[in-house]
Amino acid sequence: MREIESQKIKEAVARGAIEACRDLPPEVERALKEALSKEDLPLARRALEILLENVKTARKVGLPLCQDTGIPVVFVRIGEDVQVKNLYEAIEEGLYLGFKEGYLRASVCEVLSRRNTGTNTPGVIHCEIVPGEELEIFLLPKGCGSENMSRLAMLPPSAGLEGIKNFVIETVSRAGANPCPPVVVGVGIGGNFETAALLSKKALLRPLAKPHPEKEVADLEEELLLKINQLGIGPLGLGGQTTALAVHIETHPSHIASLPVAVNIQCHAHRIKRIVL
Amino acid sequence: MSTKLVFPLKDRKILRSLKPGDLVSIYGRVLAARDATHRRLLQMLEHNEPLPVSLRNQCIYYVGPTPAPPGRVIGSAGPTTAYRMDAYTPRLLELGLAATMGKGPRGPEVKEAIMKYGAVYLATFGGAGAYLSERIQAARVIAFPELGPEALFELEVEDFPAVVINPPSGGDYYEEVRKRAGRNL
Repeated sequence: MREIESQKIKEAVARGAIEACRDLPPEVERALKEALSKEDLPLARRALEILLENVKTARKVGLPLCQDTGIPVVFVRIGEDVQVKNLYEAIEEGLYLGFKEGYLRASVCEVLSRRNTGTNTPGVIHCEIVPGEELEIFLLPKGCGSENMSRLAMLPPSAGLEGIKNFVIETVSRAGANPCPPVVVGVGIGGNFETAALLSKKALLRPLAKPHPEKEVADLEEELLLKINQLGIGPLGLGGQTTALAVHIETHPSHIASLPVAVNIQCHAHRIKRIVL
Repeated sequence: MSTKLVFPLKDRKILRSLKPGDLVSIYGRVLAARDATHRRLLQMLEHNEPLPVSLRNQCIYYVGPTPAPPGRVIGSAGPTTAYRMDAYTPRLLELGLAATMGKGPRGPEVKEAIMKYGAVYLATFGGAGAYLSERIQAARVIAFPELGPEALFELEVEDFPAVVINPPSGGDYYEEVRKRAGRNL
């Protein structure tokens, strides 16, 4: 049994929370540059130029890329041979420390009174147990301009593949300019009500535009991306060819009577930090 | 070429020349407010209390900035989604507000009020909070400090870029984009 001290987890989460907000994964920045090379429309080009300039500025001056530093979403994969004490507490304390030291925004409030908690916590923490003796933590500061545009449908199985495609495309189309396109579209298909939603979020953890290992799913990802980019919404909804940078799908077998589909929309500032301890 | 707008506006006539999709460059002083601030302002109006600031010919920028790190006037400061303010906006336009700025489309009541009162809705660049922060020269809280990032701020801006979505003459740039895309499908 390998023991990981909670202090170490706390410090890594604090550092990661700050880094996640200040820099984009290289593949996301690359995707924005590629998008710029494809656009002719002046406003679409201007939007992408500003977004790329923003990445440079954030890096140079150490500011968050976006003022919406998000509700912290944390996915934890705990190796079976790892022992940790007070895991949730260590993560929450790390998130708070990151918020304080990184000058992140207090974006979390009590849901009914709308009173700001003032600490940017609690985060949303998902844990799963995996083989091995590592602790893997994904930090996903999730802005709500995009999160609010997400949807879930309990489709009848008769809706089939067409029903799934229509729901995904309709969700991105209805979202329009609101979620700060070009978006990353996380899709969860199957399982049940909560599994579909969780899968749609987990789909965002995959490195950008890395296709699903199963060909059937990868083909669906490719087809949906093509159709979404024909919507013409474009960067920041100002028109153009790039409405989405990628579509990531995760699936799970479902009940014979059910076809749940969830679409989790992520903005162009697809901030994510992976930590391995 | 972008049109220069200095807030608070001396003369609203300049807004009449704006067309959907035009670039503008903002100078002067704008107010910064989002969800909780709007709720407070409307409550004050309901109770016939004076507002902390006159809205005449002003621009409200929908933003909740990150805290300013040492040596900076403000943190990251990009726009938030505008439709959440739709319920409050017509009343504020009626009081003389000249412009609102955020991102994403407005509802029919807001668009109608924009035409009725000769105002404008602008979108600035979502998710470019660090870039836009460099265009802000000063920031001060003028009311509701207890709301933290949702306090009512006054910002001094220079060459702050935005796109005209809904000018006073009507029209909607986001709808034009959709129509154009529809033709291409």
